[in-house]
Amino acid sequence: MSTPLVSLTDAGKSYQQLDALKSVTMHLNQGEVMGLFGHNGAGKTTMMKLILGVISPSRGKVEVMGMAPDSKEAWHCRSKVGYLPENVSFYEQLTGLEVLTYFSKLKGFNKKQAIDLLEQVGITHAMKRQVKTYSKGMRQRLGLAQAFIGEPKLLLLDEPTVGLDPIATRDFYKTVDQLKSNGSSVILCSHVLPGVEQHIDRAMILSTGQLLAMGTLAELRQQAALPVAIKPFGLNGSVANDSKLNGFLTANCPNTLLVPEQEKIEVLKQLLSHEGLDDLQVETANLEQVYQHFLSLHESSAQTPSTKTQGVQG
Amino acid sequence: MKQILTVANKEFHDGLRNRWLISITLIFALLSIGLTYFGAAASGAVGVASLSTTVASLASLAVFLIPLIALLLSYDSFVGEQESGTLLLLLTYPLSKSQLLLGKFIGQGSIIALATLLGFGSSAVLLYFQLDDIQVLTSFSVFIVSAILLGLSFTAISYLISLSVSEKSKAAGFALITWFLFALAFDLALLALLVGVEQGISQAGLTQLMMLNPADIFRLVNLSGLDSSDVNGALAVAINASLSQVQLFTALFAWVVLPLSIAILIFKRKKL
Repeated sequence: MSTPLVSLTDAGKSYQQLDALKSVTMHLNQGEVMGLFGHNGAGKTTMMKLILGVISPSRGKVEVMGMAPDSKEAWHCRSKVGYLPENVSFYEQLTGLEVLTYFSKLKGFNKKQAIDLLEQVGITHAMKRQVKTYSKGMRQRLGLAQAFIGEPKLLLLDEPTVGLDPIATRDFYKTVDQLKSNGSSVILCSHVLPGVEQHIDRAMILSTGQLLAMGTLAELRQQAALPVAIKPFGLNGSVANDSKLNGFLTANCPNTLLVPEQEKIEVLKQLLSHEGLDDLQVETANLEQVYQHFLSLHESSAQTPSTKTQGVQG
Repeated sequence: MKQILTVANKEFHDGLRNRWLISITLIFALLSIGLTYFGAAASGAVGVASLSTTVASLASLAVFLIPLIALLLSYDSFVGEQESGTLLLLLTYPLSKSQLLLGKFIGQGSIIALATLLGFGSSAVLLYFQLDDIQVLTSFSVFIVSAILLGLSFTAISYLISLSVSEKSKAAGFALITWFLFALAFDLALLALLVGVEQGISQAGLTQLMMLNPADIFRLVNLSGLDSSDVNGALAVAINASLSQVQLFTALFAWVVLPLSIAILIFKRKKL
């Protein structure tokens, strides 16, 4: 495998009293899309700032494209990195085109590229209008266009889909997929959102500056060992009488079987043997449930420090 | 260098767009032409007063206006961008902190410089045609150059303010306090010192104290060449122990470079 594009080795950042990021180790390969999830204050933005080289790590090592991002040598790499901050309001009195031209020039590109990018994010019609007349979604698109300047090798996007309507969100993910197939790596920082699953290769879950879990969705699901929810229809209570099945029923969802992943097929076969079965719904745990699982695990382990290492094996 | 010019260009265009350039130029032009024409009104005549009276009144005007305008123009340069999030974004670009600061300084400095040149230059031209005296042009070039340096100095000072606070409203408050201290309170304090404390301070000491205030240096530059009959107060005393113009210009220039360098230092240490 080639050297990773981004690698953090026990990297952490502390402010006076606050450990914004405890030691985190992660690698991001070329062409990989990583989802970074966590509540507010989980350390997502701090981690992004470390990778961007805006702040220096208090301990550990951060490397981007083989160099420390806060060093002088990494200077020329900066034009290959795109960043969309979480809260940014661009110069209100400038037009969209002027804003993007300014940022393009700072990265060594010109007005023509700025126009192309505005077309790509779909605000060509408004590019001659002042940013103060833009809606939330249009501002977000302008921000994205800014992050896409110069086909970056590495993209860090903080809450990229906030304020975007469903169509714009779809367009956005399309762009992410396209960048990925061109070999760019992307870190998507977000609260867990529906629809993000199929666009990320791996997920990272952070809470209070600590890495709770990292891996592909399948790995995370396995680690979390969350049950599959199977909902049969048309059985009229015969499940409760089936000794092989009634163990999977729980009190708060009487019509749904919560089955561990490895027993799923057995249970399905057993269900299919019932004559009255009309329909079946099988739901594997989604990202949100996995996320909740790791968070609750972290919270309970915070109360009993002896079991603290449980969630960190990522 | 290209990065600095890109930033400077953007800041300059902001100044044009916000009508800063045009309004400052107009204010300067109107006031200076007014003073040139009606400066002698107090002595009963309307018409062009003597050159030294005109320069003296222009200097007293500029010493209040220019710092105020420079502070107003730039107090939110950094804290404003910090609040809107663009400062963080800009720093992820291939743009160093000193490049950003110098770019802003060149852009906003050009606005002040151009407005000063056009505004006061207009009355210089007017006066030149009225008096037909080459002395007008030399006096006015000293005046305009020192006024520009004064403006640049307060632009640099306002960057210090803008980088040291975390809220725009605080920056505005500090800018006003700074203006009050340099333009008004400092002179009053000097005068009090001079009058209140007998033999407390020598002429040379007073002049040295005045070097602590760019506004006073500006006054010294412009008034020391004039008849002392047009000058009064603490200045008249200081002028008698006057330093050479070169020394004064150097001091004024230092008041541009020093705050600017300190601002860069603060910016480099600033946490984002």
